[in-house]
Amino acid sequence: MDRLKNYLPPIILFVVGIGLWEGLVRVLRIEQFLLPAPSVIVRAFFDTIPALIESGGYTLRGALVGFLMGSIGGALVALATVRWVTVREGLLPFAVAANSVPIIALAPIMNNWFGSTNPLSKMMIVAIITFFPMMINMVRGLTLVEPAKIELMRSYASTPLQVLTKVRLPNALPYVFNALKVCSTLSLIGAIVGEYFGGPRESLGVYILQEAQLFRFQNAWAAIVVAALLGIALYLVIITFERVTMPWHNINRN
Amino acid sequence: MSAQSQSQSQSQSRYPHSQPQAAAVVSIKTVNKVFGERQNQTIALQDVSLDIQPGEFISLIGPSGCGKSTLLRVVGDLIQPSTGTIMVNGKPAHQARLDRDYGMVFQSPVLFEWRSVQANVELPLEVLKINKAEREKRASDMLALVELSKFTNHYPWQLSGGMQQRVAIARALAFKPAILLMDEPFGALDEITRERMNDELLNIWARTKTTIIFVTHSIPEAVFLSTRIVVMSPRPGRITKLIDIDLPQPRNIETRESKRFFELATEVREALRSGESERKH
Repeated sequence: MDRLKNYLPPIILFVVGIGLWEGLVRVLRIEQFLLPAPSVIVRAFFDTIPALIESGGYTLRGALVGFLMGSIGGALVALATVRWVTVREGLLPFAVAANSVPIIALAPIMNNWFGSTNPLSKMMIVAIITFFPMMINMVRGLTLVEPAKIELMRSYASTPLQVLTKVRLPNALPYVFNALKVCSTLSLIGAIVGEYFGGPRESLGVYILQEAQLFRFQNAWAAIVVAALLGIALYLVIITFERVTMPWHNINRN
Repeated sequence: MSAQSQSQSQSQSRYPHSQPQAAAVVSIKTVNKVFGERQNQTIALQDVSLDIQPGEFISLIGPSGCGKSTLLRVVGDLIQPSTGTIMVNGKPAHQARLDRDYGMVFQSPVLFEWRSVQANVELPLEVLKINKAEREKRASDMLALVELSKFTNHYPWQLSGGMQQRVAIARALAFKPAILLMDEPFGALDEITRERMNDELLNIWARTKTTIIFVTHSIPEAVFLSTRIVVMSPRPGRITKLIDIDLPQPRNIETRESKRFFELATEVREALRSGESERKH
């Protein structure tokens, strides 16, 4: 009952929003190519399911593999910076700077390096985009430790490895999950925008581009819905994992 | 606890002045600690010497900046003295830390929020690579000692401040250290909780026979708990007076209301004040 109460407002808002959209498109007679009605998009969605699954699957694979490469790479570099302080001091300013660069501008370069139809070109874009948020957050999580915790471990004559596994890594977990949430969105953006600059026919980015060029806007919109659903699904997987992994955390307190 | 400190009898240890060199657990010799460089130097400790006998309950008292926390950390080998030596159980403080002779309790409980109460108490035992069955048993014993057996599976945030600090004490005692170093452990608690924690700490001390060095700036707390009070004064941080607390054991609410308690509290207060005025002249 309580759960229902929590979910009710967003559900009502969603239904009202879709209803308004449908109503306005019909009443104001808005042209198809400007904004198709939701009902039209839903019909297009079900008419093109095989194509959507194929292109959605391709894009999702690129996003996921790139996401894994970038976040694992970022995490490993962050771990190295804890071990070697000079690495951190030297690297961190560049990482922060790189993180504010619109890395997606590199997409054509990656397409050129790896070939636009090679899945690796999109994976590399996603990997670069997700690397920096993961690295920066993880460095923060590993280093912003309550000094008394380190003192306590020192009083036990613990090894640096024990400090890492028993203090720094658990301390970094909330930061890592924040990075994963940011990266989940970034990875799909990176993959799809990368595909806009060129990719195989069976990818969401190229599919959206071509359907739009052929004036089949309802199909382009259906593919955008797929992209949105993928993004939401990825996010939900991460926050579920977050709740399970950190039973002590604020997110699990009522 | 080491064999050496165990061999010491309680009666011998209570009044250390009479035999200053007799097998002290902690022996501090002309320790100086200077922070900062040249112009910005602060003398945190100046010529501090002190012998602590096994089973003593020593309180370090003094105003902020008198170096009492610094002295505690120097003894615990968490910071290095600029000059002077500290011997613990006949070996340098550094070796004593490596031998796990210290249990630390800080002003904040410093519990690991991702660990349950039980797992927090097991932490030092994990560091010592003690097997799981033994860890569980010892942690349960310690939690029983601080009367928190019902809360083993709780997370720290589910406990009150006083309960959290009791977990910290259980954790510090879990590996049976020879010396308990406590840095204003009850400073953040309200007066009522604080007095109850004082009673409990004395109980634990009586049962475990651990030597305790206790930093505080509360006069009643120091008088109630200690066998000896070390009065310190700031700029430069130094020991100005040692006061033996001859209140009978076990101590309880009657102790707090006794005439002798007030006399001793007055003595400590005057020692603190003369330390202040000395500085002004």
